[in-house]
Amino acid sequence: MITFNIVLLIFLSVATISGALVAVTAKKTAVAILASGAISLFASIFFLVLASPDVAMTEAAIGAGLTTFLFFVILRKTESHHAEK
Amino acid sequence: MLRNSLILGLVAVFALALFTIFSEYKTPETLNRTAQYYNENEVSQVGAANVVTAVVVTYRGLDTLGEVTVLFLTASVIGFILRRKKKGEPVVKADKGSEILSTASRILFPGSIILGVYVFVNGHLTPGGGFQGGAVIGTAILLIALANPEFAVSRKVLHWLESLSGVTYVIIGLLGIFLAAGFLDNRILPLGDFGHLLSAGAIPIIYSMIGIKVGAELSGIITDINQTKTNLS
Repeated sequence: MITFNIVLLIFLSVATISGALVAVTAKKTAVAILASGAISLFASIFFLVLASPDVAMTEAAIGAGLTTFLFFVILRKTESHHAEK
Repeated sequence: MLRNSLILGLVAVFALALFTIFSEYKTPETLNRTAQYYNENEVSQVGAANVVTAVVVTYRGLDTLGEVTVLFLTASVIGFILRRKKKGEPVVKADKGSEILSTASRILFPGSIILGVYVFVNGHLTPGGGFQGGAVIGTAILLIALANPEFAVSRKVLHWLESLSGVTYVIIGLLGIFLAAGFLDNRILPLGDFGHLLSAGAIPIIYSMIGIKVGAELSGIITDINQTKTNLS
């Protein structure tokens, strides 16, 4: 069980760091927003594995849910009508 | 080139510092004194199945009141900065959501609201609570706003919900001074059976008020952004 947890944590760490790299280097803003949402999702699984479900829930609700959607709403508001999609 | 190598050097120093901190870290085998106190006395003093909720709402209730105040200030400042359109003025033109988005948001909306209410009503039994439940409700409103750019929740309803729940929260806290041991004491109501929905004194009511307040504030922020008159770009 402990080894499984360690494998899971290593996988999550690699996934989080690669998500961060994608978020920084992505050409399209939408991809960067999705990548930063994925980071929050991985972080919330992190918290769950580390036995803090309350923090995991906050991270999933605010980091992965609310912030990602908010960025999309603002992206839609700021990109002009004829800009390239 | 010089700039890049400077950044690399800074990152290396930072990594070394973090590594030295974490290499010496050992997971503690026993709870520290505060955690032990909460763990031993929480059931008899507060009676909530979720110890985290007992700490957040009762032992550290004043901090939670402060957090709610910070969120309220944030919502007010956002509403102050973003100019809302007057009646009849057109909002910033944005594409309507696709058919998939608008249909999916209509299907997901009721479920998300119910999930949010469930999370904050059961805050003293299961993980989660007022902030998480309020954020889920805000996400539901945001989903609708994403599908329909002209969507707006009535400002009057949001203001009333937000103010009433905030005032109720403080009044319950003040009642604690007169009926129980101190401000935000949850024992103004009987503790009830451990693990039931109506248990842990005033915690379900307090967390419901926090949930409604946070949900209304986040919905207000989203409505402000969606209804803003000036072009954000």
